[in-house]
Amino acid sequence: MKDLLFVAIVIMFFVIIFQIAKASEYVSILKGEDKARKQNNKINAFFLVGFLVFGLIGVYWCHELYYGKTLFPQGSASAEGKDIDMMFKMTTLVTGVVFVITQVLLFYFGYRYQEKDDRKAYYFPHNNKLELLWTTVPAIFLTVLVVFGLKFWFKMTGDPIVKDKPLVTVEVTGHQFAWEFRYPGHDNVFGRKNFHLTSSKNSLGVDFDGDSAAARDDIHVTGEMHIPVNHPVKLVIGAQDVIHDVGLSHFRMKMDAVPGIPTTMWFTPIVTTEEMKKRTGNPNFVYELSCDQMCGAGHFSMRAIIVVETDDEYNKWLATKKPEYESFRPSAKKDSVTVKVDSAVKPMTASLIKN
Amino acid sequence: MSSVENLTGHGTAVHINTEHGHHEHHHHETFITKYVFSQDHKMISKQFLITGIIWAIVGGMFSVIFRLQLGYPNETFPFLEDLLGHWAKGGKLQPEFYYALVTMHGTILVFFVLTAGLSGTFANFLIPLQIGARDMASPFLNMLSYWFFFMASIVMASSLFVQTGPASGGWTIYPPLSALGDASMGSKIGMDLWLTAMSLFVISSLLGGLNYISTILNLRTKGMSMTRLPLTIWSLFFTAVLGVLSFPVLLSGCILLLFDRNLGTSFYLSDIVVQGTKILPNEGGSAILFQHLFWFLGHPEVYIILLPAMGMSSEILSVNSRKPIFGYMAMVGSLFAIAILAFLVWAHHMFVTGLNPLLGGFFVLLTLLIAVPSAIKVFNWLTTLWRGNIRFTPAMLFAIGFVSLFISGGLTGIFLGNSALDIHLHDTYFVVAHFHIVMGVASFFGMFAGVYHWFPKMYGRYLNNTMGYIHFWVTIIGAYLIFWPMHYEGLAGMPRRYYDYSIWESFKNFGGLNQFISFIAMIVFATQLLFVFNFLYSIFKGRKVTTLNPWGSNTLEWTTPIRPGHGNWPGEIPEVHRGAYDYAKDGREFIPQDEPVGENESHH
Repeated sequence: MKDLLFVAIVIMFFVIIFQIAKASEYVSILKGEDKARKQNNKINAFFLVGFLVFGLIGVYWCHELYYGKTLFPQGSASAEGKDIDMMFKMTTLVTGVVFVITQVLLFYFGYRYQEKDDRKAYYFPHNNKLELLWTTVPAIFLTVLVVFGLKFWFKMTGDPIVKDKPLVTVEVTGHQFAWEFRYPGHDNVFGRKNFHLTSSKNSLGVDFDGDSAAARDDIHVTGEMHIPVNHPVKLVIGAQDVIHDVGLSHFRMKMDAVPGIPTTMWFTPIVTTEEMKKRTGNPNFVYELSCDQMCGAGHFSMRAIIVVETDDEYNKWLATKKPEYESFRPSAKKDSVTVKVDSAVKPMTASLIKN
Repeated sequence: MSSVENLTGHGTAVHINTEHGHHEHHHHETFITKYVFSQDHKMISKQFLITGIIWAIVGGMFSVIFRLQLGYPNETFPFLEDLLGHWAKGGKLQPEFYYALVTMHGTILVFFVLTAGLSGTFANFLIPLQIGARDMASPFLNMLSYWFFFMASIVMASSLFVQTGPASGGWTIYPPLSALGDASMGSKIGMDLWLTAMSLFVISSLLGGLNYISTILNLRTKGMSMTRLPLTIWSLFFTAVLGVLSFPVLLSGCILLLFDRNLGTSFYLSDIVVQGTKILPNEGGSAILFQHLFWFLGHPEVYIILLPAMGMSSEILSVNSRKPIFGYMAMVGSLFAIAILAFLVWAHHMFVTGLNPLLGGFFVLLTLLIAVPSAIKVFNWLTTLWRGNIRFTPAMLFAIGFVSLFISGGLTGIFLGNSALDIHLHDTYFVVAHFHIVMGVASFFGMFAGVYHWFPKMYGRYLNNTMGYIHFWVTIIGAYLIFWPMHYEGLAGMPRRYYDYSIWESFKNFGGLNQFISFIAMIVFATQLLFVFNFLYSIFKGRKVTTLNPWGSNTLEWTTPIRPGHGNWPGEIPEVHRGAYDYAKDGREFIPQDEPVGENESHH
């Protein structure tokens, strides 16, 4: 009933507009079409300049309303993301100036040069100097943007920059609709994988038999990735079924997870989760890993949490994790005794962090 | 009207024309040959337009339905269950169908409305009329082009009704998602239908495009040199070239995908484990290969959509400013530059796929290069308005709106084309806002401008102006209200193609804005229905056109009778003596192209 009423109201509304439109057509015939046309011209020219004024106010107002909700006020959570924010500011500055100038000219010209009886259009078919001007000026500004953009791009896509703190490597695997993380263990080497070995127990398809030493100390975690602050972190990214995407918006990073083709990405987190909670004033704040590539019906729920913490906290957390090999193959415990003892007794190993 | 004559009678344009003049009154038309299997370019263009309008209503309706989910995620809408059955159980849209709607919205609007409906309509309508030809080079192929499009439409529409639903992997249908029925409901039979429909669509597009190109190159009337062509024709020419060179690549991509789906090949598949344990035997394929094939069409496709809108806006801005288009040669040159660059930038859609960074660098450079010809066009349009004597017909308003939207959406392209920034913005709402403004709404504005401007030539009647003005103002205000704030959602990292944001700590604080956007979207959609009503009503009841040249325009289509028959000109085709933009020259308001150059006329 409510739906019907709604439809009826909409139809009524249409009928009214239609009647007005038809009536105005008759009126214009009575008044003389030329006169009616000129009247319409004035009204629309006025609307154009009104649209410009209210539009620019609206742009400003929209910014006031929503800028605070973007990620810029809290700053980038990674060192590399600062470059992206800076790039964003530069581009906004350049395009913002162009936007305002061109939109003002467009709507102002519309208003200023509306049809008048005593006005004659000015025959102005071309002017090489002007055209050269607005070919070269945009080209120069774009060159600046390209130079900075490529500088940052090659920095981010190049090898990780390791200064005082060692590199931490984590393998990220996406599947419908969750994320798996694997840490390389003491030897800092991932065990090789073979997708044919995938089973409900060995969900990542790690080759524990063929490549035992490297594989048997690997730690497998689901849903939550811990990384230490101020260390460069390199993610080795893959997918099992369809293309996913590791989206780390707080770190300004993103990389596809493609089945069969491993990809990598690195960044240096500079703000711990706890600090970011304070900075944003949101006690529930967490870094989220979102899937940014359409991957099926549950795409919107493919989420993981990233915890950025101090070295101590990170080491403590890692020490509580047991290599995957032990948990799913208890009969093989004997083989891994050395590894296990090692990790239990002495957690500060190669893959862990020493200052 | 025989195509053989056109194809063989290359001698001189005049020769062909006079022959046609003789044949003009000879043929008898039945309802079927006149309205259904018509070979008259004007009728075919109307067929494209009306089919496009129907698709636009369907595609727009889909967006309203999925905007209901985005704007009101906690509410249920019982009428949706009546409409969609189990896809909206209890009045709540199911995620699978949400994605199907998103996918079909994109597919329909990009291909069926803004490619077929836009360039199919205006290329067919304007090319023969504006270059001075009786019809297309091959009216028969032209007819086939429409009917292949029609078949594609039928197949695509049928996919909406299959049990497992239509394709749901996004309009870009990236495999492996689109290749594996086990990974998604939409990748079952719906995907095969999608691929079949698109293959038919490509055939339609090729038949049309080859015809447009050969017509423009071969059938121009006497005196109509290439540099005297109106900019509409130039833009439609480049559009056709882009389509002919890029659509076959999509076809190959689609066929390989069909093989992967049904014949066990591994072009795109490797190392795949579905649903945790189902290990597929495929090895050695590359999922990224498809993206290269897809975007090799997909990027030119953006310009296939945009160029006709640019061309028509140029023409309409000039006519209604009563001034020559500023820098005709620069306008042609920039169209040419855009057409070339369109083929060299496809990988900017793939910056985060693990693309070689060096290669990415080249694509950044080439992508941002497009901003140069785009800037030339914008400044030339602005200068065209400068010191004009502007008439605000609804067509003119839409052309001005087109320029405004092209500026707004074009500038955000400078953010996205720069790979470093794209890392952050890729696949967020920033992208959604960008391409909806620059490619979606702007092209729609070009299309509306064209419809309002050439409706009198199409049907011999005017559209209602008042409804036209309401349509324009609600649409431009609504479009900005919908898409401008979306940039901010993107800057908050909000990913696109999400069914529900409530579980995300980072993205859930835009609920109010999403509701606002959905509300405006409904109003804008309703306003488009007002336009459709105006369109249909005016065909039959609109104010009649009583003068040959109602806009005071220079181009040849206005030298034909008010309702031109098949063959366009009852007598000989007029000879052309000048370019299309002699407005305000030598103190005269306009000088039609078929008027000989006067003795004392000034040279420029």
